[in-house]
Amino acid sequence: MRHAIAKSFPITIPVLLGYIPLGIAFGLMMENAGWNIFWALLSSVAILTGTGQFIEVSFITLGTALYEVILITIILNSRMMFYGLSFLDRYKEIGPRKWYLIFSLTDETYALLTAVKPPEGVKEKDFLLAVSALDHSYWIIGTVIGVTAGSLLKIDTTGVDYVMTILFVVLAMDQWKAYASHEPVLIGLVSSVLSLVIFGPDNFMIPALILITVLLIVRRSKIEPKVATAESTSMDSGSEAGMTIGADPVIPCPDTESIMVTSDE
Amino acid sequence: MNSTIYALIIIAVMAALTYGARLFPYLLFGRGGKVPPIITYLGNVLPPAVMILLIVYCLRNVVFTVYPHGIPEFLAIAVAAILYKITKNNLLAIVSGTVLYMVFIQLIFV
Repeated sequence: MRHAIAKSFPITIPVLLGYIPLGIAFGLMMENAGWNIFWALLSSVAILTGTGQFIEVSFITLGTALYEVILITIILNSRMMFYGLSFLDRYKEIGPRKWYLIFSLTDETYALLTAVKPPEGVKEKDFLLAVSALDHSYWIIGTVIGVTAGSLLKIDTTGVDYVMTILFVVLAMDQWKAYASHEPVLIGLVSSVLSLVIFGPDNFMIPALILITVLLIVRRSKIEPKVATAESTSMDSGSEAGMTIGADPVIPCPDTESIMVTSDE
Repeated sequence: MNSTIYALIIIAVMAALTYGARLFPYLLFGRGGKVPPIITYLGNVLPPAVMILLIVYCLRNVVFTVYPHGIPEFLAIAVAAILYKITKNNLLAIVSGTVLYMVFIQLIFV
């Protein structure tokens, strides 16, 4: 396992660069709202979701009504229901660790695990656990720094969360090469932009995911034969990249948090 | 109710619901039985579409009609993409793009 962690670490560096500052921002917010390390740590260990935890600070500080907490949490997390579909088969034969892998699937971890292949000599199941646990630990480390020493930091980190956006771009480029059909990418683009225009920046994720799902199903007879025949060849095409990047992803997106980071400073 | 206990309840509820959302597909399809082919298909083709959705999500608050017209965002992405295309080194591309973006919004497009 130590070998798997060492080999997987380079792949997770972009997430480290994003999660530590975001974790610090969360820890700082908790501290500013009067909650100590116990509460910050409990949240980052047990909940593990970017946007959700930033809202959690105001929930626990204001004592928000439970029905409202439940409603907002469900809305924020509903996209996660789609992510698991990509792991149903991969998690079949890996034993009890799958319960942790399911728990720790953030947007970023989803992105890495679906787009990157295990490095040479690392078992798939160890790779899954190493990436998930490393990403989780960055979030926890950032939180601890933020809640204990965050107010002492004087570095201007405005914009550092953009590392996640560029990570997604690079992973999308890998997937463009790894997938024989580019139609899923085009469906993703059209659905996302259309939803954004219609529903606005705060509510477009779920309509976009539904539209993506519908279009992928409608176009199944065209897309599936291409993807199925290409599956075996894609193994080689991705490996010329500096790090082995494969074909499966997981993520909490940083934008709302970054706004808060900025306002903190 | 004591506010400490209420905070614990809120955190427990949020943790349970977040895990619940992540667990949802496994509860539906994961119990030993065969996964319907259409779900396997969706699991295979969703990632590239979701990746684009996540990029759009990250850029959702960019306003093109007012200064700086999304230039820092798209220039940083373009530089990272070109660097990655040329060098095949994803870490170099990601870090360069991010540093460039930070320089843009902290020093240049202020």
